Amino acid sequence: MRYLPLTDADRSAMLSVIGAGSIDELFADVPAEARLSAPIAGLPGHASEMAVERHMARLSANNVTAGSVPFFLGAGAYRHHVPATVDHLIQRGEFLTAYTPYQPEIAQGTLQVLFEFQTQVARLFGTDVANASLYDGSTACWEAIAMAGRITKRGKAVLSGGAHSHYVETARTMAKFTGDVLDTVAPELTPTPDDAALIARIDGETSCVVVQYPDILGRIPDLAAIAAAAQAKGALLIAVVTEPVALGVLQSPGSLGADIVVGEGQSIGVGLQFGGPYLGLFGCREKYLRQIPGRLCGETVDADGKRGFVLTLSTREQHIRREKATSNICTNSGLCALAFSIHMTLLGGSGLSDMAKLSHAAARKTAAALADVPGVTVVNTHYFNEFAITLPKDARQVVRDLADRQVLGGVSLGRLYPQEAALANGMVVAATECTTDEDIAALAAALKEVLA
Amino acid sequence: MTRYFTKDHEWIAVEGSEATVGISDYAQSQLGDITFVEVPGAGSEVSMGDSASVVDSVKAASDVYAPASGKVTVANAALEDQPELVNTDPEGEGWLWKMTLSDPAELDGLMDEASYQAFIAEL
Amino acid sequence: MNAINPTGWRPSMGENVPGAPIQTFTGNRGLQLEEALLFELGLPDRSGVDFPETDSIDLSALGPMARTERPNLPGLSEPETVRHYTRLSRQNYAIDLGLFPLGSCTMKHNPRLDEKVARMPGFADVHPLQPVHTVQGALSVINELAFWLIELTGMHGVAMTPKAGAHGELCGLLCIRAALEAKGDPRDVILVPESAHGTNPATAAFAGFKVENIPATPEGRVDSAALIARLGPDVAGVMITNPNTCGLFERDLKIIADAVHAAGGYVYCDGANFNAIVGRVRPGDLGVDAMHINLHKTFSTPHGGGGPGSGPVVLSEALSPFGPLPFTARQADGSVTLIEEEQAHEEHPQTFGRMCAFHGQMGMYTRALAYILSHGADGLRQVSGDAVLNANYILRSLDDVLDAPFGASGPCMHEALFSDDGFAEGFSTNDLAKGLIDEGYHPMTVYFPLVVHGAMLVEPTETESKAGIDQFVGAMRSLAERARAGDEMLKSAPHLAPRRRLDETLAARKPKLVWKED
Repeated sequence: MRYLPLTDADRSAMLSVIGAGSIDELFADVPAEARLSAPIAGLPGHASEMAVERHMARLSANNVTAGSVPFFLGAGAYRHHVPATVDHLIQRGEFLTAYTPYQPEIAQGTLQVLFEFQTQVARLFGTDVANASLYDGSTACWEAIAMAGRITKRGKAVLSGGAHSHYVETARTMAKFTGDVLDTVAPELTPTPDDAALIARIDGETSCVVVQYPDILGRIPDLAAIAAAAQAKGALLIAVVTEPVALGVLQSPGSLGADIVVGEGQSIGVGLQFGGPYLGLFGCREKYLRQIPGRLCGETVDADGKRGFVLTLSTREQHIRREKATSNICTNSGLCALAFSIHMTLLGGSGLSDMAKLSHAAARKTAAALADVPGVTVVNTHYFNEFAITLPKDARQVVRDLADRQVLGGVSLGRLYPQEAALANGMVVAATECTTDEDIAALAAALKEVLA
Repeated sequence: MTRYFTKDHEWIAVEGSEATVGISDYAQSQLGDITFVEVPGAGSEVSMGDSASVVDSVKAASDVYAPASGKVTVANAALEDQPELVNTDPEGEGWLWKMTLSDPAELDGLMDEASYQAFIAEL
Repeated sequence: MNAINPTGWRPSMGENVPGAPIQTFTGNRGLQLEEALLFELGLPDRSGVDFPETDSIDLSALGPMARTERPNLPGLSEPETVRHYTRLSRQNYAIDLGLFPLGSCTMKHNPRLDEKVARMPGFADVHPLQPVHTVQGALSVINELAFWLIELTGMHGVAMTPKAGAHGELCGLLCIRAALEAKGDPRDVILVPESAHGTNPATAAFAGFKVENIPATPEGRVDSAALIARLGPDVAGVMITNPNTCGLFERDLKIIADAVHAAGGYVYCDGANFNAIVGRVRPGDLGVDAMHINLHKTFSTPHGGGGPGSGPVVLSEALSPFGPLPFTARQADGSVTLIEEEQAHEEHPQTFGRMCAFHGQMGMYTRALAYILSHGADGLRQVSGDAVLNANYILRSLDDVLDAPFGASGPCMHEALFSDDGFAEGFSTNDLAKGLIDEGYHPMTVYFPLVVHGAMLVEPTETESKAGIDQFVGAMRSLAERARAGDEMLKSAPHLAPRRRLDETLAARKPKLVWKED
């Protein structure tokens, strides 16, 4: 077997040092009635690299890939171009096959990357500090809600209707077990989000207000107004960013008064990957430092006085606090954080801004083309690279019909909100710098056909 | 002023019904470098034996139990910027909080300095 | 003579200069290169990506939240970027460089086929919300992996979405909570052995349970008599790691499981160490109700410097109905299906809900499946056999120079546990660990499990050769002897790494988490 270096001669020599007659003898503590004496029956045996590659390639071919057709899906995962340099660098064995940097003397590479990543995220979000990443945007959103509960000692979170349905569902699952109360509503297909209605839901029991920016329909809420209203009631504002490229052209949530900013980092450097692994981003005000979930990397010096980095404030974490930990998370999403950081380094502020502007321009062109299709209404007044449309019939079937015409046209709101009849004819459409004029023409033509 | 000690290595110095609380020199020496101290807020009620404060070192977070019941009057604000005071002067400048005792009779179960020294010598 | 050697070049071995180490202008030491921070190198208007002109783009549709200044993020050109990260990478230890004996973390070789497969466009370039009929291949990967995980563990179903081991633990405990709530049973105590990893009590508390510790026996196993005696109408279940954190197989797990079930509770098994027993025993046959599997341990998806991981949870028939969405389960005809929100009301109505957006860690599923298919049923059995053989070989090659507290408890599983008993006064496990760095190894897991003083947990894994292990044993013997003899040089180790010991107290007292211009 190609991954196992021991030879039978090695095994015999080692067994004689141990004083055992066979490898099976080493499993003597396993109760005899449960011990397997041979490979599990009915499962295939080992396979060559070529055979495995062939099998996996066959499975791979049985998908319609985003890059092969006109593609307009978003709703929390976006297809931006990732420079070849990113994938090359993250495959360096010293990054790929390293462990969590518990031994800082021989992990300065990973640690410096995390310190740079934290700084990039804090600057992008406009927060004082950021952590070394969490699993993904949805779990980061829940962690922020839980943290707001610890800070305010209140148990009711108000979620805007514009929050991603999967994020809301994730929070709902967790809250059911922690006893937190979630005040949620479904989104409404209005041209602008109803910030005033959201503000009216905040009261003296509210721990936090969770607002997605831009929201699930691509609309852009006025975070400053919501922040002021929340803070007046002693609640925190949690801003959720599922498309961080937007912050290349939109004001940062921190600068608008958000106390905690979380997000999904996938759209920078990570790629679509059918939903994971992704990258949870987490930033907040410095005064909440000791309530932050997840790993933190900090600067210090070594015995010779040289600058170096370590994982720090680990007394918040599960391996030390056990049942009193701030969260049960062990890992972050290190390699995805590296990919994000490298892509962000290649872009720089000007590149991020350019990529955002091009994505926005593509979305405007798409919106204009779809507005001309009979029966289609573009919902949004303002948007970044994603907007909602309404159709004269159930959007779920339209999306499937478009796919049959080799166009991946968007995400139906019925898929995200199967219980909400009012949203069934709605669909969200996203564009990025990858979207071409031909793609837009193909979508408009196919939609016209499907609706005819 | 009389100083008492607990088996969990807190000390409490009492004058009338007013008391000051901290951790012992032995405790700080076992914990190593203190990096952060979380103290109870003024006005909060603590009960004897409750976890009232947390002392962090790099690799451990240790609960500090209230050696007696009562109301916290003031916490040591200097620890916010200088947690190391708990290392350098644990039974002086490194005090954690002051409190008004609600039941001074609780102190009867605690050790005096000499008994505590004998107690840690056995550990 | 003229023109004799006009360039002056003459090969020479140089001269030994005793005394202070050579100081360099750059701070570099040959191939050991220092690297400045990105923020000291980059500028916001520098970029390694070419875009078309954007000045003429109409931004009015952004509305009032548009920003007026571009983000303050430094950029680098492509060559500068490649160099920055390549230089940083060289300050890391990695499995690709050598044996990585981190106990309970399972640092084994990461096959490169798995990386290639994960990057196939049908897996890497598909969106999680594409119509289901356009992603049949991707769903097949999930189904195939689910099938293998169920077969290898002898369980009934599997929840694929948990994003890491701790997330998987949470998933398992939420299944138990949901199952109890469905019965209207208020029991709320989870028993956890004191040798457990800290995540177990953290997860149980997070899931709303009260945690009670169960002691260990002197031979390093859970005290099953004490555990069974504690069972009662308030006990929701137990969390047991098997093989346990002392590297031993919990012989009594089946007896414990039967007693827990008889008392109305459930058995959660922490599967962090499943790599030691895969193909040798199936947790389903031991009475386990839920167990997470760290794909990044047992099935060798890369650790990536701290994630992403993946922690699918296999479930018994009793708990399967409560698993999260999306969910896969074996049907009567032997096939495995995937159930999402749209079908849940009819096909999976008791689900406790969703744990994260989308379908979990697809990129890890492809890698793990490629790994499993490569090994097959016979190879996976050899994997656990060789892992356990290597660990026992290390245990018996070192137990004359290092204290092995449970060395008399029978063979160890995939990891060998030592203590600092016998070191010279003032020397601790950390000193030996830092000495290993100078020898060119990553240290073992230190001070864990907590039940052993100065614990050293050594896990070689099955992907090390005998020659490689012999060299490691040699280094360990040398360091053990130095620690016993009180060699002062050990106390300031490492001397030869990119950094000396770092001031963790300073980092924690004055946290500096982001770079700021002075």
